[in-house]
Amino acid sequence: MRVLIPGALRSYTERSEAEASGATLCAVLADLDRQYPGIRFRMIDEQDRIRRHVRIFVNGGQVNELAHPLGAGDEVVIVQALSGG
Amino acid sequence: MTQNSATSAAKSKRSTARASRRLLLLVATRKGAWLYQSDAARKTWRADGPHFLGHIINHVVLDSRDGRTLLAAAKTGHLGPTVFRSTDMGQTWKEAARPPAFEKAADAKGRAVDHTFWLTPGHPTEPDVWYAGTSPQGLFRSEDGGVTWAPFSHINDDPRYIEWMGTVQDGTPDGPKLHSIIVDPRDPAHLYFAMSGGGMHESVDGGATFRPLIDGMEVVEGFDRKTVTFHDPHCVRICPTHPDRLYQQNHCGIYRLDRPSNHWVRIGVTMPHQVGDIGFPMTVHPRDPDTAWVFPMDGQTVWPRTSPDGKPAVYATRDAGKTWQRLDAGLPATQAWWTVKRQAMTADALDPVGLYFGTTSGELWASRDEGGKWARIAQHLPEIYAVEAALLP
Repeated sequence: MRVLIPGALRSYTERSEAEASGATLCAVLADLDRQYPGIRFRMIDEQDRIRRHVRIFVNGGQVNELAHPLGAGDEVVIVQALSGG
Repeated sequence: MTQNSATSAAKSKRSTARASRRLLLLVATRKGAWLYQSDAARKTWRADGPHFLGHIINHVVLDSRDGRTLLAAAKTGHLGPTVFRSTDMGQTWKEAARPPAFEKAADAKGRAVDHTFWLTPGHPTEPDVWYAGTSPQGLFRSEDGGVTWAPFSHINDDPRYIEWMGTVQDGTPDGPKLHSIIVDPRDPAHLYFAMSGGGMHESVDGGATFRPLIDGMEVVEGFDRKTVTFHDPHCVRICPTHPDRLYQQNHCGIYRLDRPSNHWVRIGVTMPHQVGDIGFPMTVHPRDPDTAWVFPMDGQTVWPRTSPDGKPAVYATRDAGKTWQRLDAGLPATQAWWTVKRQAMTADALDPVGLYFGTTSGELWASRDEGGKWARIAQHLPEIYAVEAALLP
């Protein structure tokens, strides 16, 4: 499926979109990390929580659980949320 | 040639050799890192940077054991923490394969590293070992030169230590820090670390066990000094040529510890009363254990944490804390309201010793004569978090 990558993470992917597969958000992020080592830990902490200033949307709706099921046609958008100063 | 003159000549030769080496300053800021390289005289400086523009860099350290490995502790406003590694003086950087992270907890209460704050190379007999301190407070170790990191010792999950660390609310505004990780140059198994909330600790068995080292330390008025949680060391340094002596700048004064004693002595009581003995950084002389430097700040009323009265100065002791001398030649005489953070003052190993500090207002200052006269190397940098000095091979 298509995963949109925010600017803050393009040092890993070198482009704004990536292709990844998996039956859950957790699996898709694991596949992304396999392709782009280190990218998952910048978004998801060691307790499997989405980091404070990262948001993930699936087909336009915000998702908070890594267990969220995904299908092949879904679109995942990773967003760098507000963090000022 | 007499033995004395031969010794003197040898010393002079060593000094000349040291003086001919170039110096590198590693400057970590809230928006990136800069490397400043000097000529042999330490008169002119060449800026190399920014590295990691936009990243919050808490510490950049050169491995003095191999003279070429740089580690940088990084995160951004959005992204989680990591460590970058370079073996070509910052021309290229590679991210750690496994940055410092706590163990996954069985319940929802598990801690997550917000940022790596402190980096310390291990003992020379353990050339690939590094230690890291984090916020929230945790201790980590790498055995492969900083490529992979793992929780170290028992303290990250020890119920007593968790209690002593307190909560995030008990810590400094951007999170409590585990800092001042010190390896005894005589013994890789003899370790110290300090916690901004939770005091100073020592291990004599390579980290298998740690115990508090807080006897003699004061805490904020009205609190019980026996309670480890209330202790707030800001910066602890060991004297390289006399490792039985440590100095500490604490939230509640300046202290000295002479081992084997476990009792810290408050040496800041001899500082001028109108300046006080509160500050963040402390720096020791590379060869003379009686000499140390501090950068006092205003710790009165609401704790402005700026230079007292807007008049910044370094203070030096050359007699292990009996007396202090104000060193402000070249620094602004008035209306300078900076803070120098706990990692942002350092010394080189040359003779005379060079001193360096970075300010919260993004200025980098240097003295080539042990604080006798100061000159500004750089300005308009982001807020400076850490400054390290390293001699290049």
